[in-house]
Amino acid sequence: MTDTANTGVLIIGGGMAGAWAAIGATQAGATVTLVDKGYCGTSGVTASAGPGHWWAPPEARDAVVAARLKAGQRLGEAAWMHRILDRTWRNLPTLAPYYRFPRDDAGVTNYRAVRGPEYMRALRARIDALGVRVLDHHPALELLAWPDGAIAGARGVRRQHGNTVWEIHAGAVVLAAGGTAFLSGLLGARNNTGDGYLMAAEAGAELSGMEFTAAFTIAPARSNMTRTMSYSFATYYDEDGHVLDAPPYGPAQTRFLAAALLRGPVLCSLHRLPDDIRARLHRISPNVPLVFDRWGIDPFRDRFEITLHTDGTVRGLGGVLVVGDNCETSVPGLFVAGDNAAREHVAGAISGGGNVNSAWALTSGLLSGGGAAVRSRRVNAPAGRPIPLGRAGLRPTGSARPADLEPARAALRREMRDFDRALFRSAEGLQASRQTLDAAWDEVSRHAQGGDLAAREAAALLATARWSVASALVRAESRGMHLRMDAPGTRADFGHRLLAGGLDDVRTRWDTSVTTTPASAMEAVP
Amino acid sequence: MIALLFAERCTACDVCVSICPANVFDSRPGGPPEIARPGDCQTCFHCELYCQADALYVAPEWEHAVDVDAAAVLEGGTLGQYRRHSGWNEWASEYPNEQWLMETVFRRSAETGGKLE
Repeated sequence: MTDTANTGVLIIGGGMAGAWAAIGATQAGATVTLVDKGYCGTSGVTASAGPGHWWAPPEARDAVVAARLKAGQRLGEAAWMHRILDRTWRNLPTLAPYYRFPRDDAGVTNYRAVRGPEYMRALRARIDALGVRVLDHHPALELLAWPDGAIAGARGVRRQHGNTVWEIHAGAVVLAAGGTAFLSGLLGARNNTGDGYLMAAEAGAELSGMEFTAAFTIAPARSNMTRTMSYSFATYYDEDGHVLDAPPYGPAQTRFLAAALLRGPVLCSLHRLPDDIRARLHRISPNVPLVFDRWGIDPFRDRFEITLHTDGTVRGLGGVLVVGDNCETSVPGLFVAGDNAAREHVAGAISGGGNVNSAWALTSGLLSGGGAAVRSRRVNAPAGRPIPLGRAGLRPTGSARPADLEPARAALRREMRDFDRALFRSAEGLQASRQTLDAAWDEVSRHAQGGDLAAREAAALLATARWSVASALVRAESRGMHLRMDAPGTRADFGHRLLAGGLDDVRTRWDTSVTTTPASAMEAVP
Repeated sequence: MIALLFAERCTACDVCVSICPANVFDSRPGGPPEIARPGDCQTCFHCELYCQADALYVAPEWEHAVDVDAAAVLEGGTLGQYRRHSGWNEWASEYPNEQWLMETVFRRSAETGGKLE
């Protein structure tokens, strides 16, 4: 039996972006319902991390933005960067009644660097106090649309109540379902299976920047503790104990370690971490020592094996294309926030991991929530029943049968998580990835039974992977985090966003409509 | 992956059932929750933070279940460590949140090339 409800604004996803969207929509006067696959407060990657927000006082912003535009290799937009710096600066401190912003050693209150669990607990407390209807363990499975194509709401299941179906009709929907790390060991990313990308694409929205998924983060082997700070002072060794001549901490070091891991085990020691930091590590990142303490490892003396987990679109950049100043998508009534959205305009072609992504999640949350609230007041629901839009993993095109999802998971592991495919890219490898992923997609879309969260997640993961691989093939150059071993230089004619879309037939196209980077920040023609 | 629930410590408040983002626990009438789907655990340690009774233990291995010696865990002092060091609830004044130091660490690393100062 379906439980149907109405709301002004429906927000799908209760991580950082969804929570700020709820604040934005409520402040704009809407009644708001937020659904989360898990629990709003612990779901999503922010809750397990320590997000530092991009932060600059007004007088420093021109310089900060200019530096980011240059680093972003022509894909950033100055106006958007200024907007997220401004919104973050003005709004993050408003969380003070719910989050105890600490003072640093100089006695100055620090707003920008927050701790994930406490931050998400504070956001949850605030939206509860604002009267937002929060429905935990209510995964959304599909969007609903009116016959004219405008988004009408969503439908999903209550997974703590026998997977009974819920349906919510809304004047506008904000997708804040996160990015995806392709089920890697990225901390806190289990629920992030690209559901919001798939739902948006089924509604006809385009994605952008899907080739920028080649971000990886270090962790002790066999753990998912992808917290990097201590590794800025790490020493690495091969299995014979020889010190590896790694580049300084940063993307170049990550690539160096990935290459070393393809040759064999890599060990790490943190003995160079300064004593005063060691003494305070558990108060900076209290989850980091949990791994070492439980294994009886002294990371400042012992050598331990490390691994790298893919960040996919989380520290990558890809997502649903934003087409308006209030984070509208190209689909009427559908807004997008956080990692569910493409982020080249605020990050450029390099990772927005940490600070830029957090400022974006906060800002896009507030903007999308506000925009959705305005729309929900303007639009009257048409007559008739909303049409469900979900396809792969819900409504098979062929004979329905219990789907064996293991081949899909294996394809994702191989094509999206292995360094030789996902990081060190080539046309040959990407074409092989495409074949494998297409075959897995065909199986899931033709046969996977409806109503199963796992099948729907597999469909979303495969769709995302296919857009990523198709985009990486078309961008036959190396730019930012996208590295093509067979095309190492940056091409002057590729300084544009690359859009992707389509489900059974994946398609891409260049978007040459945006050229905002000043000439001084442009690279030389190779 | 979630490994142990110490029934003798558990107050059956069911907060872990509510807050686990991966829906690992099932509520059971009149008793401690059941670790019903350990394979779904994402090893985020949030259940340990929210468990006021310090009755849960998550092993750091994220992909596969491992054998954990309950007696060793009880003696080892790791129960409640995450909550304590986070300054969660009653620990707030004793363990201040020094997350703000993170950017200082990165800056010192960049200044020294990650070498010992």
